[in-house]
Amino acid sequence: MNITVCIKQVPGTSEVEIDEKTGNLIREGIDTKMNPYDLYAIETAMKIKENNSAKINVISMGPPQAVEVIQEAYMMGADNGYLLTDKKFAGADVLATSYALSQGINKMDNYNLIICGKMTTDGDTAQVGPEIAEFLNIPHVANVKKIIDINSNSITVEMDMPKTVEIQEVKLPCLITVEKEIHQPRLPSFKLKLATAKRKVNNITFKDLDDSNPENFGLDGSPTQVLDVFPPTSDRVNERWKGTGKELGERISKKLKKLKFVKDN
Amino acid sequence: MTKNKFHKINTKDIISLESICRKENIISGKNIHEDYSHDELAEEEIFPEVLAIPENTEQISKIMKYAYENNIPVTPRGQGTGLVGAAVPIYGGILISTEKMTKIIDLDKDNLTLTVEPGVLLMEISKFVEENDFLYPPDPGEKSATIGGNISTNAGGMRAVKYGVTRDSIRELEVVLPNGKIINTGGKIVKDSSGYSIKDLIIGSEGTLGIVTKAVLKLIPLPKISISLLVPFPDMETAIETVPKIIRSKNSPVAIEYMERAVIKNSEDYLGKKFPDSSSDAYLLLNFDGNTKEEVEKQYEKVAHICLDAGALDVLISDTEERKESIWTARGAFLEAIKASTTKMDECDVVVPRDKVAEFIKYTKFVEKEAGIRISSFGHAGDGNLHVYLLKDEMTEKAFQNKLTKAFDLLYSKGEELGGHVSGEHGIGYAKRKYLEKTMGTDYMNLLRGIKNVFDQKGILNPGKVC
Repeated sequence: MNITVCIKQVPGTSEVEIDEKTGNLIREGIDTKMNPYDLYAIETAMKIKENNSAKINVISMGPPQAVEVIQEAYMMGADNGYLLTDKKFAGADVLATSYALSQGINKMDNYNLIICGKMTTDGDTAQVGPEIAEFLNIPHVANVKKIIDINSNSITVEMDMPKTVEIQEVKLPCLITVEKEIHQPRLPSFKLKLATAKRKVNNITFKDLDDSNPENFGLDGSPTQVLDVFPPTSDRVNERWKGTGKELGERISKKLKKLKFVKDN
Repeated sequence: MTKNKFHKINTKDIISLESICRKENIISGKNIHEDYSHDELAEEEIFPEVLAIPENTEQISKIMKYAYENNIPVTPRGQGTGLVGAAVPIYGGILISTEKMTKIIDLDKDNLTLTVEPGVLLMEISKFVEENDFLYPPDPGEKSATIGGNISTNAGGMRAVKYGVTRDSIRELEVVLPNGKIINTGGKIVKDSSGYSIKDLIIGSEGTLGIVTKAVLKLIPLPKISISLLVPFPDMETAIETVPKIIRSKNSPVAIEYMERAVIKNSEDYLGKKFPDSSSDAYLLLNFDGNTKEEVEKQYEKVAHICLDAGALDVLISDTEERKESIWTARGAFLEAIKASTTKMDECDVVVPRDKVAEFIKYTKFVEKEAGIRISSFGHAGDGNLHVYLLKDEMTEKAFQNKLTKAFDLLYSKGEELGGHVSGEHGIGYAKRKYLEKTMGTDYMNLLRGIKNVFDQKGILNPGKVC
């Protein structure tokens, strides 16, 4: 079985500055890491590999330094890595990103299953996974929290809906995006770091793709334009109380009654 | 010292105390909550006659003066997270809780110090200073302990390998003496050769010499980068024997902890959260810090090679907040997790020279069989301080006590034989007094008692503790 995992390099902290002109994140000179949800995707692939024989290919789209996350994937057990990189891909929105990735995936080994993290922590859209599947014309299931069964023909998964859990059996090839609770990701291995130090990362550039129309990629291929980016506001208010158990008990009781969270009897 | 010697508290005393503190901060008799009758590892519940919750140094000073004049025993208490009964009022009397003295008074960026009241929690200190790009170097596992409690036991924690223990990070103390007088010892000074260091005597004295009412803590600039290594080994012996090799290599990890699979499993059950690796029976957990990724990587790569050469199965790298959290949350919960895995437990907090850790751990396996009691352990392999827990499980209380005595005798004798001491960081309290006496000898104990007598001729402050 061949499994393709999509991964992304994201800022290492949430304190990122935004380019006022383009609305894009300023990524130069800041610490980076692999998108945390992608770690769950790699771990899911590794668990399948442990129980069935499988080859794991990872792909990332980004600037040349995004090679770091592919090397990190090698340190977690991935077999091959591809970096989709070209200036023509820069400034891509969700649609153009998904399209470029789907084109890139077609240039890799055949796949039986594609796994993505549920979302990225810098974009937060949770749309790239399903859109890749649409471009590839394969079925997809988002928010997968458990794999119940996988065989050469199909995969059965639990999909986490806001109020229910849906069990789906899907024919392969297909794409799934995974939730946090699917598996605790393993840590990168120093032994694998030594063993894969010379393993190459395959670059895929614009000229390697089937679609040679530059207008379908990057900023040109992006129907959405970012007008403004700002941190979400929160109406959450924290209060810290100190006192004895009795005092605190009375106080919280009064507060809950005042907020009408409990009935005032 | 006998109980009869002390004055029993009466209504007149309570009225007097109420004239010192606000009335609602003087609680007596049955109104005292059960929490104040024990600490984290209570053998039994002993209630004070009066609980006083003062709000400032002057109130503590007046309470002490009154207690001194009237021969009333006084026990100071932080959050009660101690493990040896130091904050348990075994002679009744007044229990002074510092829970309302929680101000962070001053961050001095020129002298790199933080001035705090004794009731500030460790977690509040670390949060506050780290937001200001500083680090308070000690890192005891119990984050809900107060700084006053940490000073009283000279708490150590996980960063001791590189940054030392609480004593190394205290610049100045304001202390109320048993007779109510207030003294300052130390200062916002880096060097001090001005006579005996009273400050260093107070630190670790478990509230027997004076009550700390203000502390000036030493800060260092916050290292920008921190990376942990989780190193699985085929067995505990190979793991521990690697530690001296790491120390000899002159690389300086911030922490070197050891942990066993059984304890990790306890922690997974307790937290309901998986640990990132479960392939092995024994692990070392190392932490490195520095200001650039390159600098830290250079350090840890050397140590990673040492571990692999010594027989480690792999070296797993934890370099992001999420990864560190998955490991250190589990590590931080070990004590509570072991506690939740049994019905009752007692602990041995012995410290041995670092090159004797392997021998001591091996010996705990022998004691487990010899005394017939389940033992769980984890600890600070890098500084020789081990936490060995003796678990009651389904035993009767009597059987447990018998086995405890036998196991403790064996463990503390071995600790002494290896050049170690009774307590690395939890203190003596009343629970470990006999082992201190046994291992330190009469001459040494007489010196301690002599010091106690200079501070507290009437023996009213935290009687029955340490010496």
